[in-house]
Amino acid sequence: MLSLTIKEVSLALREGRISPTELCRKCLNLYILDYIPPFNATVVQKLLDQGAVLIGKTNMDEFAMGSGSTDGAFGPVRNPWSYAAPYREQKGVEPQSDWVISGGSSGGSAVAVASLTSYLALGSDTGGSTRNPGSLCGVVALKPTYGLLSRHGLIPLVNSMDVPGIMTRSVNDAAVVLGVLQGLDVKDSTTIPAPPSFTELPEDFDVRNICVGIPKEYHAPGLSDETVAQWSRVADMFERAGARVEQVSLPHTQHSIVCYHVLCCAEVASNMARFDGLEYGHRSEVDSSTEAMYASTRHEGFNDVVRGRILSGNYFLLKQNYEHYFLKAQRVRRLITDDFRRVFRSGVDVLLTPATLTDATCYSDFTQEDNRTRSTQEDVFTQPVNMAGLPAVSVPTSLSRRGLPIGLQLIGPALQDNKLLSVARWIEQRVGFPSISDFGESSEPTKREQTSAV
Amino acid sequence: MAASCAAASELLHNVNKQIKLLFPKTSCVIRRISTTADRWDSPTQVKTKRSPQQLVGVVGLEIHAQIHSNTKLFSGSAVRFSSPPNSLVSFFDASLPGTLPVLNKRCVEAAVMTGLAFNCTINKKSLFDRKHYFYADLPAGYQITQQRRPIAVDGILTYSLLGGLKRNQVLKKTVRIKQVQLEQDSGKSLHDDLQSQTLIDLNRAGVGLMELVMEPDMSCGEEAAAAVRELQLILQALGTCQGNMSEGQLRVDANVSVHRPGEPLGVRTEVKNINSARYLARAIDYEIQRQIDVLQRGGTVQNETRAYDSKSGETIPMRDKEGLQDYRFMPEPNLPPLIVYEDNASLLPGADVCQAVVVHEIRERLPELPSVKRDRLVRTYGILPEHSFTLVNEEGLVEYFEAVLRETKKEPRKVIGWVTNELLGQLKQQDMSVSQSPISASALAELLELQETGRISSSVAKQVFQEMWTSSGKTAPQIIQEKDLGLVSDAEQLHNICQKVVDSNPDEVHAIRNGNKKVLNKLMGLVQKETKGRADPVLVRTILQEKTSS
Repeated sequence: MLSLTIKEVSLALREGRISPTELCRKCLNLYILDYIPPFNATVVQKLLDQGAVLIGKTNMDEFAMGSGSTDGAFGPVRNPWSYAAPYREQKGVEPQSDWVISGGSSGGSAVAVASLTSYLALGSDTGGSTRNPGSLCGVVALKPTYGLLSRHGLIPLVNSMDVPGIMTRSVNDAAVVLGVLQGLDVKDSTTIPAPPSFTELPEDFDVRNICVGIPKEYHAPGLSDETVAQWSRVADMFERAGARVEQVSLPHTQHSIVCYHVLCCAEVASNMARFDGLEYGHRSEVDSSTEAMYASTRHEGFNDVVRGRILSGNYFLLKQNYEHYFLKAQRVRRLITDDFRRVFRSGVDVLLTPATLTDATCYSDFTQEDNRTRSTQEDVFTQPVNMAGLPAVSVPTSLSRRGLPIGLQLIGPALQDNKLLSVARWIEQRVGFPSISDFGESSEPTKREQTSAV
Repeated sequence: MAASCAAASELLHNVNKQIKLLFPKTSCVIRRISTTADRWDSPTQVKTKRSPQQLVGVVGLEIHAQIHSNTKLFSGSAVRFSSPPNSLVSFFDASLPGTLPVLNKRCVEAAVMTGLAFNCTINKKSLFDRKHYFYADLPAGYQITQQRRPIAVDGILTYSLLGGLKRNQVLKKTVRIKQVQLEQDSGKSLHDDLQSQTLIDLNRAGVGLMELVMEPDMSCGEEAAAAVRELQLILQALGTCQGNMSEGQLRVDANVSVHRPGEPLGVRTEVKNINSARYLARAIDYEIQRQIDVLQRGGTVQNETRAYDSKSGETIPMRDKEGLQDYRFMPEPNLPPLIVYEDNASLLPGADVCQAVVVHEIRERLPELPSVKRDRLVRTYGILPEHSFTLVNEEGLVEYFEAVLRETKKEPRKVIGWVTNELLGQLKQQDMSVSQSPISASALAELLELQETGRISSSVAKQVFQEMWTSSGKTAPQIIQEKDLGLVSDAEQLHNICQKVVDSNPDEVHAIRNGNKKVLNKLMGLVQKETKGRADPVLVRTILQEKTSS
């Protein structure tokens, strides 16, 4: 039983990836614009059963493909920190045209929490889609261990990597929500029983018992000096407090992006095969033959990012290519997973890494490059975690020179989500990340608001 | 020779299995080399001259058997025939996004039981895959099947053919079963050409199927039909599939090619749309002959899919299967590997017993298989093998037969004819099942007792049988009494009648005395006519012989 309840807690849902009924839902995609799912996702139902109040559904990249939340059918998502004083009061900044992105693909959900509109938002995390916007918007974003949370009702992108993501204002809130949502679900054969552990995080976690690993391969090109500075800052904090901080190596990291893309495209091609316009969703006017109808429906219903991935995925799955691409990628995936396993077995309790390369980019700069290139660059810290099925959480640490949030990521061994959150809480208690409500119209910090649930 | 071929095949199969068990790391297989001599032994061969250059048929089968279960393979919707369209469709069956497959335990047990019945090796760990293709009756755009590692492999099916000159010789044959795999059935599409539209019914989408793949060990339509018939009986005995081909519970596709014995196999075609065992034989034989004709004319056989047209008896190429399909197989990520356990001891500690499928338990539950039953009937009752076939082929007939035997002293060999000819004949004529027979086993036994004890003659018995059939409820004694059909064995009465006949047919008597014994039958006929068939024939013959010999 929980000591904290989530009554009357507002909840924002990632529009279109997680299905709650009775709300006009769209997958931010013209394809299933008018499709109303007739059932609730398990994670949604669990929250509703606890008394949560659903206040809305949020914007995202189409079919969760993207890392900026700029490619959805309803337009891009704006980071609320674009409008807070620290950013606005910089010289030469025009918020209306120089606003920054929220990150993606669960951008809308991160913004709902960051703008204090909602206590909790659910997203999805396949390659970092929760942690990325979480970090750029300055909220806590948790990707639980694969299999802890049921995926029933979650529109699949990559079945073997997807998890529902949890976004809250504080680590404690995330722990409470995790406690409610985790557990075996009969409707999802990939779920596992939740470990019998406490859901309340300790007030005073003793870091002297832990070893923090710093993976050297995560010094990626393009990492901003400010992010590196935060990374060092927190590592030093651990060391001063008596924790062991060591450099470790995850040698196959460099292959993870390509491996991820092959597997992602293959699964996407497979999962999108059901969108044919017959049973639900958009159906094209073309009806000269079934094939023609399928082709035009799918052409009209998918944007070019999605179509590109489907075509690539089908290519990788062809009999003549299967061994070279799909099987090879699976083997590399195993190597990446083994990297983590080895490191955790050698005595390391958590890994500390950046979550994104820099703080949030200006929308105008972001759209200069195509979706795939952007994802390639941005996902580097987050997607190996999905491939290995491990839990990870991004925690905001400070504001950058431009007044935008910078976050760091903690990665833990499988099923040790609670321990991971304990360490995250320790950081949160010490970094002094400001609340957005501190910055009203002026840049003077106002009285700190209590953000934890009561 | 043919019988020992089958026995040899089984023996080899078992030997190979033993080798694999005892020496799992070695790869040593004893193979039987097929020679032309083997083919000649089968008298059921399509007309061949004794020349090794003749083209012969090679037939393999792919069978889809619908699993007899309450719900579908991966979802909770019911499995029922002939329900209103789209009334048995769950969210998962309709491929609504966010739904996930949940494996049905009963289907796994059915597949294991079927595998055991065919002496297959059960794979303790098997895997599920996605087979992708776009078709209106496949909502998800892929079918979940077991391509990499099916649940059972390497089995053998033994079946029998009636051969020999009089088709009463029972020949035992075998066909290897390559694998048994679990997969989803597709929906049904109905083409409405009038309005040029297609209607889709998803009731069948997601129903559990066992696909049984038979190696090309057969050579003609008759063998294939016999193999399928035996398969049907076995599945029905197991209860894993109801085997009704006309209701689509059992679907058979044939892979047919021709070659000269000893040479590599020829190009094969796949023949689909076969709705009964009878059509199967015809379709295959037609296709074999068609391919032989093509080759003899100097052409080549195309690797294609053909449909059987029952009206014309021909196979025609199927339009929409042009070109090779690449199914882009991919492991099914939402289903972990399927583990079945050998026995309770091998269950993991803490495992939930009701969640586990235990092979040992299923083996214990295997019912008596048809071939075992047939052998038992022949041994126990001394009936002919072909009779045991007839008995086992018909649902409920064995039980009926045994019930009759319990109530009469008549020998089984004399009872069997009544059951397989008189009773079964009537049932078939009126398309009835044994359970619907108006004559119960006791009633028939009563009738046979009356014949056995000499109360009525055989021909009268047959007459009474017909009466009993149509009169619903009247017993044999009742009918005999009513119609005064009792056997006349009163010696004096018979003597008088015989005398009368002898007296009125002097020419015939003369002929008999001169040595033409056959004419006696005519006299017998006349006596029977006098007595309305109620004279004891044995007695009549004796009396007449007596009277005509002097």
